[in-house]
Amino acid sequence: MLHKIVDIFTSLKLTIVCLAAAMALIFAGTLAQVHLGIDEAQQRYFQSMFVWWPPDGRGFKIPIFPGGHLIGAVLLINLIAAHLKRFRWSWRKLGIHLTHAGLIIMLAGGLFTDLFAVESHMQLANGDTRNYSEDMRQTELAVIDTSGDDLDQVTAIPETVLRHNREIDHWSLPFRIAVRNFYQNSRLKMLSQAGEGAQPIADQGPGAMIAVEPVTHATAPDERDVPSAAIEILPKDGGSLGTWLVSDALGAPQTFAYGGRTWMITMRPARYYKPYSVTLQKFTHEKYAGTEIPKDFSSKVTLIDPERSVNRDVLIYMNHPLRYRGETFYQAGFQKDDSATILQVVHNPSFIAPYVACVIVAAGLLVQFGFHLVGFSRQRGRAIA
Amino acid sequence: MKRFLPWIILAVAGTCIAANWLPPKTAKDDFDFSRFGEIPVLVGGRIKPVDTVARNSLLIIHGKQELRLEGGRRLSAMQWLTDVLFNAPVADQYPVFVVQNADVLGLFGWQQSDRKYFSLAEFSPFLKQIDEQAAQSDKLEAVQRSAYQSAILNLRNGLALYQRLKNSIQPEATEDFTAELQRFATSVPGAATAARQRAMGENFDKAKLDDVAQMIQRYERLSEMAYILAIPPNQLNDEWHSVGNSLLRSVGIGEIHPIVAEYAIVGDAYRANDRTLFNQHVQLVTDWFAKEQPNTTKRASFEFLFNRLQPFSQSMTLYVLAFLLACASWLGSGSVFRRSAFYVLLLALAIHTFGLVSRMYLQERPPVTNLYSSAIFIGWGAVIVALVLERIFKDGIGAACAGAIGFVTLIIAHHLAGSGDTLEMLQAVLDTNIWLATHVVAITTGYSAMFLAGMLAIIYVVRGVFTRSLKKQTADSLARMTYGVICFATLFSFVGTVLGGIWADQSWGRFWGWDPKENGAVLIVLWCAITLHARWGGFIRQRGLMIMALFGNIVTSFSWFGVNMLGVGLHSYGFMQKGFPWLVGFMISQLALMAIAAMPLDRWRSFQAARIPSRGEPAQIPSPVAARQAPTH
Repeated sequence: MLHKIVDIFTSLKLTIVCLAAAMALIFAGTLAQVHLGIDEAQQRYFQSMFVWWPPDGRGFKIPIFPGGHLIGAVLLINLIAAHLKRFRWSWRKLGIHLTHAGLIIMLAGGLFTDLFAVESHMQLANGDTRNYSEDMRQTELAVIDTSGDDLDQVTAIPETVLRHNREIDHWSLPFRIAVRNFYQNSRLKMLSQAGEGAQPIADQGPGAMIAVEPVTHATAPDERDVPSAAIEILPKDGGSLGTWLVSDALGAPQTFAYGGRTWMITMRPARYYKPYSVTLQKFTHEKYAGTEIPKDFSSKVTLIDPERSVNRDVLIYMNHPLRYRGETFYQAGFQKDDSATILQVVHNPSFIAPYVACVIVAAGLLVQFGFHLVGFSRQRGRAIA
Repeated sequence: MKRFLPWIILAVAGTCIAANWLPPKTAKDDFDFSRFGEIPVLVGGRIKPVDTVARNSLLIIHGKQELRLEGGRRLSAMQWLTDVLFNAPVADQYPVFVVQNADVLGLFGWQQSDRKYFSLAEFSPFLKQIDEQAAQSDKLEAVQRSAYQSAILNLRNGLALYQRLKNSIQPEATEDFTAELQRFATSVPGAATAARQRAMGENFDKAKLDDVAQMIQRYERLSEMAYILAIPPNQLNDEWHSVGNSLLRSVGIGEIHPIVAEYAIVGDAYRANDRTLFNQHVQLVTDWFAKEQPNTTKRASFEFLFNRLQPFSQSMTLYVLAFLLACASWLGSGSVFRRSAFYVLLLALAIHTFGLVSRMYLQERPPVTNLYSSAIFIGWGAVIVALVLERIFKDGIGAACAGAIGFVTLIIAHHLAGSGDTLEMLQAVLDTNIWLATHVVAITTGYSAMFLAGMLAIIYVVRGVFTRSLKKQTADSLARMTYGVICFATLFSFVGTVLGGIWADQSWGRFWGWDPKENGAVLIVLWCAITLHARWGGFIRQRGLMIMALFGNIVTSFSWFGVNMLGVGLHSYGFMQKGFPWLVGFMISQLALMAIAAMPLDRWRSFQAARIPSRGEPAQIPSPVAARQAPTH
């Protein structure tokens, strides 16, 4: 029995089946991007154990194809197992060993990146300073105690927790928060414009005059969901302060007083704070003379890190990112009319893996095919002679 | 005789090409359009000769680089452009705009007939309607547009380009531009005085001010319309300007740029049909550029020469010839035809290389910068590898592959050129020669090898099934070539794909983003890996290898064009829709070949003769298919 399992996991047939399955998956996942958008297709096809049908919540779903993580993991096991079992050192096989060792590093690195890399955005208008970047997809409910002298105390509740419409009880807050009517994506309208029968979901703040309409999940690459929810503040000693509407579409935070302190609540893109700050000096967007073809984008920023006594100007432009303290800042885009720059901030602890893997695999392929070529020309030399 | 035949064929082919390359003779007393065509201008962010502007504009508007009028008269692109620039009322009557869509014709109340070319004059009552309809389809993404919506938008863009061309060197329908400029030059100082007087609250000459104000308005319109920036910088830190803009600036500077004045005389002379004066002042402009802008001028004249030589269409003809010669070599008297094919291919490759290198010089870039140049390069790479195979195996197969792939890729390039300037400036993201030279070149070399392997498989299947010419020895060498080429493809596709990942890591912060073009590249790598492992494991033999190489054609064409047609992702700069039926057709043809190849071996004409036992039965005599190849590891 064990023998059989070992045989299966070390077999070349399994390799071929995995590679073929990967091709089918990538092909389907590429076509799916047309309707789903890159992010959604990526999550369903490549960053999953299975591809499910039907994709929407219709009460049931069945796995119809292995997902990217499953295929990748099986392939990785297959690769490692086959080499452990058959490994015999010989110069002739150097190429093959190198190639496959490189592939193992690459696959493992890819899996690692999928699990641990964090991508976020930092949007800066000229003169703006930020010490945090914002998530492109996740939002959070921030509850801020503003009574401190120098510092605000922020309690951030991620969207994944809000989604369950539960009561949230956190040690840093003197009250509980009951989430009601969470909308993944929504549109806000003034009650007067929302038509008859529209009801507000909140009774405090501007939310009392606003109707919330659910909208389908955004798929276009330049759109993001606008999550909204009604939250009720429940003091721990009983009673209720009322219900507020929180939404990514509402600009300024809303305030209320409780326990002699002033609190602010706001739904905003999830933030990643940094121990340093970035200030935009100037964003430049050049075009070729007489055309609309972009020639160059660049952001001149000042990087200030009091901990490491760093204070310097940096130019971030196409293909020339800023790498600092494990994070990389790329010129990703700009706001209409060049009013602000958008930097992509990536934290990827395994970014070095593909570089190493690439060199090893390329060397392996060269050695391997080089052997073939030399063997082939010797053979031909003999044949002609 | 037989010894010399290949050289004779080569000499004849070479002479034909040389004859095509002779410069067209201009009679002394005729307009010198060639000289005019060499003058550099700035269009689309790039300095190029007027000739390139003429050819590309006519290609966009008319679909060809030459205009045929009723009665059989032919106009070169330069002749047409000169009329558009200087003699718009005549040019308005030329049937240049292509409309084939019945719905678009119906919009104007016209029935579809044999005519597909129409003049501006014919469209003039409908311009507003065209604009409104086009504005509607402009709001949609290219993928969402119907045939009608694409056609009306194309027509609108063609008309807009034409109107802008007409207002590039002078306001359209100007009678005597030289006199107008003189009046402008003399009245500007007076108007300046009047303006000063008005500002000081003194008495001023209102007529003088109004006259100049009117002209300034006219030149403002001209500068907004202009498509061509024809006036070079006069000093350091200056830029190229349109004629209109240069005139507006001359108010501040106090003098009109000499080239503006020269162009005015050239235009007036053209309208007056004064050939001597036209040629004389075109020469003056050329001389001015040669003196003031020597580098620009050199490059522009080279591009002019490049346009005239048309290296890619010349080598296209030679590739066809070589393919036919190589096929003929399999029918009999082999070595003569085979050698002829080889020599002709060397000539074709030399011309192809000249074209490729010229483009690199003109653009100051690595060879592949857009879909058009990828086709040129894929053909070039495949031809070289195929010629190496021919040199080693000497059986006409490499030569046939070189001829076929060279021809097909250049045809594809020809059809990709319809959108205008193939040497266009690069988007900011792509503006990096290191990655263009490594990632893009490696990926396209991988494509070349995949198509070459596919072509070898096509030859194997077609010769094996339909002819008796596939001997065991030939079949074995075909298999060895295919295997070797797939190894080559694996190496380049893999390295190219990973370099692409590293570029992405450098510019977007992620190694892999599942972008369609990335996925297309990795599909090729996976397919190569499957093929090689299946062979090493003994799951496939000769015929299986061929069938898999045929499928490689499908995978590669999907990766090259298919993903661009999806219209999503960061690589969709190469978007094109018109090729869709062709792509599908190609894929179906490859599937059909795979099905044919999968037929039982006794249906293969080449193997019938040898009476090969079917698979499973013990082989009595050595056969190309049953001969199991020793696994290579």
